[in-house]
Amino acid sequence: MFVLIVGCGRVGSAVARSMLAEGHEVSVLDEDPEAIAQLEKGGEHTWVDQGGSFTVGTALEIEALEAAGIDRADAFVASTDGDNTNLVIAQIAKKRYGVKTVVVRVLDPARATWYEQQGLRTVCPTKIAIDMLDDAVREAVA
Amino acid sequence: MYVVVVGAGKVGWNLTRELIGRGNEVTVVESDSSRYATVEEELEHAAQYGDGSELWVLERAGIERADMVIAVTGDDEDNILICQVAREKYGVERVIARCNNPRNLQHFKLLDVGPAVSATDLILRLIEHEVPRYGFLHLLDLPRERLEIIEVEVGPGSPADGSTIQDLGLPDGALAIAILRDGTGFVPLADSVIEAGDEVLVVLDTGLEDKISPQFRAPEGAPAS
Repeated sequence: MFVLIVGCGRVGSAVARSMLAEGHEVSVLDEDPEAIAQLEKGGEHTWVDQGGSFTVGTALEIEALEAAGIDRADAFVASTDGDNTNLVIAQIAKKRYGVKTVVVRVLDPARATWYEQQGLRTVCPTKIAIDMLDDAVREAVA
Repeated sequence: MYVVVVGAGKVGWNLTRELIGRGNEVTVVESDSSRYATVEEELEHAAQYGDGSELWVLERAGIERADMVIAVTGDDEDNILICQVAREKYGVERVIARCNNPRNLQHFKLLDVGPAVSATDLILRLIEHEVPRYGFLHLLDLPRERLEIIEVEVGPGSPADGSTIQDLGLPDGALAIAILRDGTGFVPLADSVIEAGDEVLVVLDTGLEDKISPQFRAPEGAPAS
């Protein structure tokens, strides 16, 4: 499977590393050339030596998305630090490039819920944290 | 009319003032606190503080009863999102989006957000109008109505050069509505003769450009006018 991950912060880079370790082809796009360090943290080999690819460019730039291989991606992960950016590029991946699996990180629960209802696969860390905290408190007092 | 404007930068602030001056009820939403404070001094209750891409902020601003939402922040992804939720979630009939980077216009079109207004793109079009190149200039696009008005230059030796309007044989769905020549323009009659170097305004159904361009194109190898 060929996976394109846009946004190489803590989340995007961790997903990229685990997908590559499982033997998938992984391409990462980030606007910060230094972000590649996140992919190489603690390892002996460079990201590219490990078989990954890395493209520098902003998420809305079609040239950058295409250079990173969006037109042949089987899966697309939108994990930049901007909810709106993620929601827009996920729709581009789906509608313009027909990427089969599109996953979007959205921090705001309200937007995550509504776009989920519109057919986007959203992951909302805030909602997950709320549920976990809620469970933890209930367990502790029980 | 009730209008929600998102973004109180230069565009949003001036727009809000003009809309209020024309008798509309307007709320402008601004996420930067110091900018908000400046704008609020003049606009008072018409200004609200908050991130206009948060749904609860839009709801507080009364998006559910808005006749129009105008997203003019400095971020194209925010403007796209705001217009998308305005129309699709809250059923706002008319939205207008500002497009900061004209390269992003394709995203607005893909997600059917618009009309999208790009100042850079408008200026580029004006430059093209002042310095005509071979080809078409889109003067007006009405995507919902699927109509557009283009300006096309008549190449020397092209089928149009020396032809009358009626003999030109534009396809159905296209109509020559004006001829610009020597700095003036006129509405042509069926027997008006088109000359090389004229600029012809054509109203046409979207997508017909390719059928029209051969009529105005100079033969291969001919010197440019």
